Amino acid sequence: MLDSKVPAGPLAEKWSKHKFNMKLVNPANKRKFTIIVVGTGLAGASAAASLAELGYNVKTFCYQDSPRRAHSIAAQGGINAAKNYQNDGDSVFRLFYDTIKGGDYRAREANVHRLAENSVNIIDQCVAQGVPFAREYGGLLDNRSFGGSQVSRTFYARGQTGQQLLLGAYSALNRQIHKGKVKSYTRHEMLDLVKIDGHARGIVTRDLVTGKIETHEGHAVLLCTGGYGNVFFLSTNAMGCNVTASWRAHKRGAFFANPCYTQIHPTCIPVTGDHQSKLTLMSESLRNDGRVWVPKTKELAEKLRKGELKAADIKEDDRDYFLERKYPSFGNLVPRDVASRNAKEMVDDGRGVGKTGFAVFLDFQDAINRMGEDTVRAKYGNLFDMYHKITDENPYKQPMRIYPAVHYTMGGVWVDYNLMTTVPGLYCLGEANFSDHGANRLGASALMQGLSDGYFVIPYTVGDYLANLGSFAPVDKNHPAFEQTRKDVEEHVNKLLSLRGTKTVDDIHKELGHIMWEYCGMARTAEGLTKAKGLIQDLKKEFWSNANVLGENEEMNMSLEKAGRVADFLELGELMVDDALNRSESCGGHFRLESQTEEGEAKRNDEEFAYVAAWEYKGEGQPEVLHKEELVFENVKLTQRSYK
Amino acid sequence: MNLTLKVWRQKNDKSTGQFVTIQAKDIADDMSFLEMLDIVNDDLTRKGEDPIYFDHDCREGICGMCSLVINGRPHGPNQGTTTCQLHMRSFHDGQTIVIEPWRAAAFPVLKDLAVDRTSFERIQQAGGYVNVNTGGVPDANAIAIPKVIADEAFESATCIGCGACVAACKNASAMLFVSAKISQFALLPQGQTERYERAQAMVDQMDAEGFGNCTNTGACEAECPVGIKMTNIARMNREYLSAKILSQRDIHA
Amino acid sequence: MSSKSKPLFSSSLGKKLIMSLTGLFLCSFLVIHLIGNLQLFQNDEGYAFNNYAHFMTNFAPIKVVSYLLYASIIIHAVYALILTAKNKAARPIGYNQTAGNANSKWNSRNMGILGTIILVFLATHMQHFWFQYKFGTTPYVEYNTEIATGNRQIIASEELPSNYDGYKIFSNNGVETIQTKDLYKQVAVTFQNPLIVLLYLVAMAALSFHLIHGFQSAFQTIGFNHKRYIGFVKSVGIWVFGVIIPIAFAAMPLYFFFKGL
Repeated sequence: MLDSKVPAGPLAEKWSKHKFNMKLVNPANKRKFTIIVVGTGLAGASAAASLAELGYNVKTFCYQDSPRRAHSIAAQGGINAAKNYQNDGDSVFRLFYDTIKGGDYRAREANVHRLAENSVNIIDQCVAQGVPFAREYGGLLDNRSFGGSQVSRTFYARGQTGQQLLLGAYSALNRQIHKGKVKSYTRHEMLDLVKIDGHARGIVTRDLVTGKIETHEGHAVLLCTGGYGNVFFLSTNAMGCNVTASWRAHKRGAFFANPCYTQIHPTCIPVTGDHQSKLTLMSESLRNDGRVWVPKTKELAEKLRKGELKAADIKEDDRDYFLERKYPSFGNLVPRDVASRNAKEMVDDGRGVGKTGFAVFLDFQDAINRMGEDTVRAKYGNLFDMYHKITDENPYKQPMRIYPAVHYTMGGVWVDYNLMTTVPGLYCLGEANFSDHGANRLGASALMQGLSDGYFVIPYTVGDYLANLGSFAPVDKNHPAFEQTRKDVEEHVNKLLSLRGTKTVDDIHKELGHIMWEYCGMARTAEGLTKAKGLIQDLKKEFWSNANVLGENEEMNMSLEKAGRVADFLELGELMVDDALNRSESCGGHFRLESQTEEGEAKRNDEEFAYVAAWEYKGEGQPEVLHKEELVFENVKLTQRSYK
Repeated sequence: MNLTLKVWRQKNDKSTGQFVTIQAKDIADDMSFLEMLDIVNDDLTRKGEDPIYFDHDCREGICGMCSLVINGRPHGPNQGTTTCQLHMRSFHDGQTIVIEPWRAAAFPVLKDLAVDRTSFERIQQAGGYVNVNTGGVPDANAIAIPKVIADEAFESATCIGCGACVAACKNASAMLFVSAKISQFALLPQGQTERYERAQAMVDQMDAEGFGNCTNTGACEAECPVGIKMTNIARMNREYLSAKILSQRDIHA
Repeated sequence: MSSKSKPLFSSSLGKKLIMSLTGLFLCSFLVIHLIGNLQLFQNDEGYAFNNYAHFMTNFAPIKVVSYLLYASIIIHAVYALILTAKNKAARPIGYNQTAGNANSKWNSRNMGILGTIILVFLATHMQHFWFQYKFGTTPYVEYNTEIATGNRQIIASEELPSNYDGYKIFSNNGVETIQTKDLYKQVAVTFQNPLIVLLYLVAMAALSFHLIHGFQSAFQTIGFNHKRYIGFVKSVGIWVFGVIIPIAFAAMPLYFFFKGL
């Protein structure tokens, strides 16, 4: 049984008490410690800046050419905070409650409550940094409502909240780089974790420009490396997003939790063909006014696909507004997972639209008739423009085509209440960890978690760990562990570079994506998952025998970068399937066809599965071992979700 | 459609490069420009040739990583788009497309089409921030900011740092980029305490990096994928000149 | 951030400030110069113009301003060279393909060429008139005006005594006599040469394009760009400095050329 180290006491006092009970590092001693931060998104940049402000020496690493490029920048909607500026009954407890419920009761209560407590400080911090949030005419901050809550608590900066928050954290980071407290390594990829006496004491990186394999030492290592959605090949993640840092840490002893929890976002622009490299998300606010439909019959759908009919030719009676039909009270505003799953059902039923058939309509004709085109433009203009730019179709004239896409991964490296992994000295923050969203994440909560972890949790908890080390000695960079790990990495790189088969790395990545999407996507079965496991194992063999990795190490080598990442995705994919197989209930983003209510909705099994599944790596070819962390709910009552 | 690409190939920052002609076959209208390059790279890889290195990441126009001067225009022929948002329907069958990296002394080519933009980083590090530590800040609603000011500051803050302004400018000037950040903080109350120091520090760093001077041609504004306006440059000039001439803050002992 | 910063004029913005201020000063001079020279169109055989020319070259404060003017021209040109050199250095390897017209106006990109044309013009212009007037062979003229009637009798240089020297003004018997160098005639003679007329036309075209960009650009450089007034600044740049002034100046050589046909 895993120890989550959640402090005792009433929920609302846990964090305050814990902050007092943790040891502190004297200001004069902080400068004797070095902390490595991998990844410079919201979690990484905010953590690095805050730690450097306290006086620690920090080294940051990112694979992009600047910390500002991290994919947090692409978040559109907003960031939740229990400020209750709208006087509409919001509170820390309500945010906590909504998040726990939205996560389908698979998150740790104490973590989520802390997140809700910190949410209010995040907004203050960001405003002080000069983040230009949207404001009302009176000059105070504006809020909007978002899925899964009945209050308006979402702060936003037009459709670019992630960008503005990241640039805020980036500016704080830049300030520390300028002061010399942070050393920033860009175009560097972490390829392994160095452990000394069981503690994380450094990392091995590859300089993506020169190919140099380097070791970096530190007293603690923070993984802030984001999610692993790219295991599906197609996702809304950036092209470079990968699981490598987390996965290599996993292979060095960090447990990986709930890997099967992935969030599939319903309103994305559909795939157009095999050449597709990534998917583009459109804010789910579109579902406030758009109506989702497909034709009632396969025949009509077929004609639409062939271009013999246009959407406008389909009569009202021949349209199936399936969300409104099945969920009369929530209609088009059902949660993300429900909307996604239903779209897939329609497509599987042969009623998908668009050339490929993998799409449903999102129609604004009624909204335009009701409010006028100008009002619709004012509300959604930028999204309509984006859609128009990508598809060359005018959504004011014809319905949008949408299809679900992989968007966020709730699973990740297991961490305790202090965000420490099962490797002492190794921490994991933001989307990369598993901690706060349970089986499903609510909108506008990802930004909140990244910044809460980085600004307001890790500065305290890392201090406690360092204070308890009992020594201020620098990490011995000549320790044989560094040389050994560097050799391991070199071997791995050389092994990849020796591959001279017939398939490109992308070919294999795409195949993996198809397998994951088909069997470990929106609906999963024991049969499908078992099949997927075999397919992934075969694919992994094929990768290591028939992939083609060109070039050499000592150059900018795209093939090599991709190959390393795909090798890890293959292993992760298998673990995701294992985890999905193990969890024979449905919850949040994980839907097992075997576990449905009579109406075909997700059915949780709290008796058997109210736990976190944390997996331990046991070596090449060995099955991973499952460790359970029991989830105890003392402050909320577990209920079945229903949106009828 | 089939296209002829003339692509700049350069092994690394030390070697000299050259244009190489490559055929792109069976390109579909609805591919993005980068997906077209993916296909070309796929072909090259299958033939055992080194794929073309280009910078890209989010592929939705916000990270600022993608670059490319396409037929003489940064981010290609369409206004208000990044290269990753450019689609092949903007080209026609049989067309020759010349693809070059950003060209500037301050953006040395690393490989093929990828350039080193750390000069931008150093400019931001010189002063692109408000000096506040985590914690101990006032309530977010303690300062009211007029909506027009907040909106204007937001417009300036949407710069994605791609460098198209430098690439487009005949002088390789970075003033649009630098001015966007100076503007954001010059407008907002949070930036007031250091507005003059900031303007001077960032301009000094910009000069030190070897960017050219603005001659107000407006090419930067026209090519900026997110519509950063030249009024930002005017504001930067105002801030800097006020700092130098009117508000030099030295303590007279 | 520290308050230690490089001196103003060693920075790019400081140098641009110099370009802007000297440029605007030269613009203001153009207005004065044009207003004065409009007297060439007066049908008085150069009476007003020649008096004006004498005033401009001998009145002390104007002299001071004129030296400022020469300095401005030199500084404007020198800083243009310095900035251009820096700009060239900022892009050592150029593009294979450029599409400048897609994102900017031709004149805004070629201020250096336009400026060079203007500079060459200025040199010849100074040689034609300023140098000749001061040190050269500008002829003399005497105006005898009856103060009561305004009737004027003109004595051209060939009829004047050879010891004639300098500017004189005196009244005698109700007749005001002015003896002066006849710059008006110098102008009239010079513009009989079609090549010189052509040079002036080209130069005025260059001036037009230079100022259409330059005038508003100068305001941008010193930080004046607000939608409330930038439209006005741009209009002044285009209509006053891009159209009216160059056309009015260009009209002078044409006027004398066709007058002399």
